[in-house]
Order: sequence, then structure tokens, then C-alpha cells
Amino acid sequence: MKTAITSTGNTLESKLDQRFGRCAYFVIYDTETTGMEFIPNHSKDAQEGAGPAAVQLVASRDVRKIISGEFGIKIKSLLDRLKIQMIVLKEPEKTINEIIEMLNKK
Amino acid sequence: MSPRPIKLRKISNPPLVSGFKPYGAKDTDKDPEVVFLQYEEYEAIRLCDYEKLNHLHASEIMNVSRPTLTRIYAKAREKMAEAIVLGKQLIIEGGKIYFDSEWFSCKTCGCFFNNPEKQDDNKECPLCNSKDIIICEEFIYEDEESFSRCHDICVCPVCGFEKPHGFRIPCRNEICPECHQHLIRKGSLHTKNI
Repeated sequence: MKTAITSTGNTLESKLDQRFGRCAYFVIYDTETTGMEFIPNHSKDAQEGAGPAAVQLVASRDVRKIISGEFGIKIKSLLDRLKIQMIVLKEPEKTINEIIEMLNKK
Repeated sequence: MSPRPIKLRKISNPPLVSGFKPYGAKDTDKDPEVVFLQYEEYEAIRLCDYEKLNHLHASEIMNVSRPTLTRIYAKAREKMAEAIVLGKQLIIEGGKIYFDSEWFSCKTCGCFFNNPEKQDDNKECPLCNSKDIIICEEFIYEDEESFSRCHDICVCPVCGFEKPHGFRIPCRNEICPECHQHLIRKGSLHTKNI
């Protein structure tokens, strides 16, 4: 199952980005193959519509879960429709590596 | 004739904390008085002042009419002003509300998550797999009875006497029958040292 994590940078040591639509990078992590992919978020500096564009991006990768610090109002209804699970983690100090470790403790 | 029942207000984001406490009071022994800000009032403040939406837009999000939203908002401003001016503590609880979709919170890692697959009950945290999760699903705070769903416990810091936490009764106002100490909330920061 694929999980998207919002990241502030493109390394494993980068911290979790507290914003969803305007995060710097998305990390797509596959729990089955343990493969991961860093995707830069091009709509980061968009005037508006960054959220829906980000949803489209992650939905095209067939993601089932998204971990971020916050989701905007527009996003919630979109993700509800796509049946993607939102996980809100209010810990800006957590690194991508730590989150992946948490996911792997299964 | 009984009045028309109050329409449930939709809450999209539960507050991160359960209240605010003033500091720097002259009389530190006395616990400051309490103002109860309802969930719906918190939500109105969040939508209008934090998200900077207009009342019409905010009312659509909360699933109430525009005049109702304006009333809730006015009340919220009034209560916040009272707390700030008179140095009272602000507790966020109560209100006729329901949460947007089913939201859960994990007690181990502190994350919030929803459950888009309504049919399967997920009984564990998707992040850390802990089973220690609480449901924030459709809390409808109608009266005192539904508040008994709050599972918090008041505990005596001296002898460990425990009693269920009473709705709208600060633990400090409860006295231990054994050693006449003020009780505190079980699991709160102060009790971790015991």
C-alpha cells in the first residue's frame, strides 16, 4: 500500500512539512516493496489551487494514505471522495526516516 | 409548544488544546474563573478569523444558516473578550456539534486520522499500529448525560483517591474525602511526577 508523506526536503533526514498543498516534496512510500520516491511539488508557489493540484498529483500515484501536518478545507472533501485516508501529525520535528520507521513497525 | 430543536453544527477541525489559562495573576493560589467556549464557537472563530472566510462561506462549511453563524461568532467574540479582560481561563467544550467525518486520535503518537472506508472498522492507528485510539466520531454534546462519555478521572495527588471527572467541574474544585486535598486530572502533566 502506498503512503504519501509531505516533506520539507528531498532526503530522508528532511522534516515533515506541516502544509499539504504547499509542501516542498512528496515522499511516496510503498509499504510492500519498501520503495520510495521523492516528487517535487510544482504547485508549491501557485497563487491558488495548490491543494487540489497536490491531490491530483498524489492520487495519480494511487496513494491510500497521506501524512501531513494540516489539510485545508477544500482538500478534505476531495480526499473523502477519493477514499484516501488523511493522517494529521502535529510534530514538525519528525523526520521522514522516523515516520517510515513508524509505518514499518507492523 | 417546545422550541425548534437546534441544528447540529459541523466541525471540520477539532481544537488542538482543550483550553487556555492566564498567567501572571497576582493571586496565584486561586484558580482563575472559567469561561466555557463551545466547540461551535471555536469553529466560528477558526473559520472567520483564522481562515478569514466571510460569514456566508463559514456558515456553509458549518452547515448552518448565515444569521446563525453570525450569532455563534458574536457569542464567541464576547466570551473571548471576557476571558482576556477579566483574566479568566477559557475551556473549549460542549456545544451541539458533530465532526465532519469519522475522526480518530491515537493516544500513543498523538496523530489524528480519519477512516474513509466506512465499512471496515479500523481499530488501530495507521501510523504506529497502537490500539490505544479514541474516537472523536459524532460527539453530540446535548446535555450533561452525553458528557458522561468523557472518561477522564480526577485523582487525589496525596492518597490516590479517584473519582470520575464531572462535567464542567474543574478537578481543583473537588476535594478528596480522605485527606481534603484538591483533586487533579489523572494523566495530566502534574500527575506524571507522582
